[in-house]
Amino acid sequence: MEFLGGKFLQVAIALAVFAALIGLIMLIVDRAPKSVKDKVTIVGFLAPAAILMLVGLVYPAVQTSFLAFTNASGQPNGVDNFVWMFTQPEALVTLRNTVIWTILVPLLSTGFGLAYAVFIDKARGEKALKALVFMPMAISFVGAGIIWKLVYDYRGPAIEQTGVINAVRVALGMDPKQFLLDAPENTIFLIIVMVWIQTGFAMVILSAAIKGVPMELVEAARLDGANPWQQFRNVTIPGIRGALVVVLTTITIATLKVFDIVRTMTAGNYETSVVANEMYTQAFRAGEPGRGAALALVLFLLVLPIVVYNARVLRQQREIR
Amino acid sequence: MKNRKYLLPIAATGALALALTGCSSSGGGGGAETSDVDCAPYESYGKHEGKTVSVYSTIVDIEATNLETAFAPFEQCTGATIKYEGSKEFETQIGVRAKAGNAPDIAIFPQPGLMADQAKAGNLKPAPQAVSDLVDKNWSADWKKYGTVDGVFYTAPMLANVKGYVWYAPNTFKDKGWEVPKTWDEMLTLSDKIADDGTMKPWCAGFESGEATGWPGTDWVEDVVLRVQGPEVYDQWVSHEIPFNDPKIVDAMNKTGEILLNDKYVNGGFGDVRSILSTGFAQAGQPVLDGQCAMHHQANFQAANWPEGTVVAPDGDVWAFMTPPTDASKGQAITGGGEMVGAYKDTPEAQAFQAYLASAEFANNRVKLGGVISANKGLDPASAQTELDKQSIALLQDPDTVFRFDGSDLMPGAVGSNSFWKGIVAWINGAPAQQVADSVESSWPKG
Repeated sequence: MEFLGGKFLQVAIALAVFAALIGLIMLIVDRAPKSVKDKVTIVGFLAPAAILMLVGLVYPAVQTSFLAFTNASGQPNGVDNFVWMFTQPEALVTLRNTVIWTILVPLLSTGFGLAYAVFIDKARGEKALKALVFMPMAISFVGAGIIWKLVYDYRGPAIEQTGVINAVRVALGMDPKQFLLDAPENTIFLIIVMVWIQTGFAMVILSAAIKGVPMELVEAARLDGANPWQQFRNVTIPGIRGALVVVLTTITIATLKVFDIVRTMTAGNYETSVVANEMYTQAFRAGEPGRGAALALVLFLLVLPIVVYNARVLRQQREIR
Repeated sequence: MKNRKYLLPIAATGALALALTGCSSSGGGGGAETSDVDCAPYESYGKHEGKTVSVYSTIVDIEATNLETAFAPFEQCTGATIKYEGSKEFETQIGVRAKAGNAPDIAIFPQPGLMADQAKAGNLKPAPQAVSDLVDKNWSADWKKYGTVDGVFYTAPMLANVKGYVWYAPNTFKDKGWEVPKTWDEMLTLSDKIADDGTMKPWCAGFESGEATGWPGTDWVEDVVLRVQGPEVYDQWVSHEIPFNDPKIVDAMNKTGEILLNDKYVNGGFGDVRSILSTGFAQAGQPVLDGQCAMHHQANFQAANWPEGTVVAPDGDVWAFMTPPTDASKGQAITGGGEMVGAYKDTPEAQAFQAYLASAEFANNRVKLGGVISANKGLDPASAQTELDKQSIALLQDPDTVFRFDGSDLMPGAVGSNSFWKGIVAWINGAPAQQVADSVESSWPKG
């Protein structure tokens, strides 16, 4: 218990120091002369966050950018790392897989989530049905990877199967299949795990958005003789457009960064590697930080337009309101 | 908004939980009980009362406890305190810690390649003369070479393991009238015989090891390169004087494939050839005990992978023979691994401890506790706790044995702990040896 006590003390001290710092900033801001008070207030409250941003985000980003143009021993090597990335067959497989992931996961998750949200809307036991689909969200990616690895587990035809899917296959008289070893479909089997997790997220957000569509509009459409599909197509979809964009972009960013699922299930073997996984492997396992940094940079460039688009759509919506 | 009132406690608990899990590294230190020790052999290390030496390595759990027990006499006689920390993350963390100025005094490297990177980066201190002399006295020149980078001697070997054992069930062999093979060809003939017999597959194998999947396969290929092509080609291959995709290496891979890629031979108890990739390396030997396969290739540490109560002895449940040479007249050649002890500080107490780890006293103290061996010539074979350890020590100390360090540990990290493993995985999964070798060669760092 001595250990726990020490931790509590540490937490208490940290909280006290934090409170004291905030208090000090507030005091200084408050005491500033009237003429410059506005400026002091702005600087006083933005500076801590800005400094943390510089130290924790901007500096590492700049350093990574430089690192991307060096070799394993830290010597500058021009664009060699990028040449490697776009010429080596293994690296190309990584890029190809990332493209497949980012196309399939957002579309499938959002599609399933939207369909589910529409079908259970105002249904009996809606809350329980929602909870069922939302539950995978509570499982970490590593946990999900391990669960699904067991689901896909393979044993030879002569032995009792432990994996659910192979057990079913054998019961139906088929041969067991090495789900995680057969490229390229093994990438699809990994994508299923991500879709399984993200569908709940899409469903919850979209369900809330659907409930936000004004009843008057739906009723007006019904009175005009629109059938359910037309109501959905012409009233619901425009009404939830903003939510759809948020869901699609959020899932796309999460998918671009996917690491844990691939790492736990195949470790990037059998042609299933993705950029984030390769980045870690190159930087920390292979001792090629330059290649890792180059991959990180490419990943950043891929995420950037999506973030920008997301921000623009949000701003447009605010202007409409 | 009736739910609002729950938010604060939940958030507070969450924050607290985060803070609590923040740092919970498993620190070592102390633990080992000390008994009466004869301090005479320890006088040369001097007195270091009140001084602390921090040690960092990959060794954890029971192995770590045994290691700390073996440190105890040194602590008791010199007065120094050894602060031991073991971590499975050592390989990635040691570089980070050195860069951050938080390096341990002493680091125990499991791979010479990793050690060489640290030495080249200027982080390691060259070994003191006393350690160098001890290594000259206690180890063969091969071992000293593994601790030398660009002509400077940095690290002394500590413990060792012997790879290339083939595990089998002596009773099954006796019942069936099978003989332990003396040459590679005899081993293939025996494999055919077992396959034709039909009661079991001749081999079982498992290369699954999380993100390190494939490494048991590199051991296989290294054993075959050393036995078929000889130590000269092995050295050239490891130091990249010949390319990884040299015909001799591809040839050795194909020879390994005669066993590993042969559906008639593998994979006893698990399925087809590709089931090697989904079988954990620690479970892979199990079918030897269950009578589903006859032989399993794994280092001496496989002894710890058998279920509790398994008797490892020439007349017990399992026993092992060394993978035979292709030409019996040329003598035995074996691969193995070991730890290298490097110093980040050159304080007197750190240097004294480094010398202790290179000494015969340490080797005997540690080997007596079981589970490991050392190539230290001062090691008394009677210190070994099991028949297998005795046999391994005899092999290591035999002047006629050609010993070579595990090749993948000597290769640069980009190959030895990445593309070589991945190449093995692709090869077992169906890619031709030539294509795999080409791909590994192209990943070899330039310059």
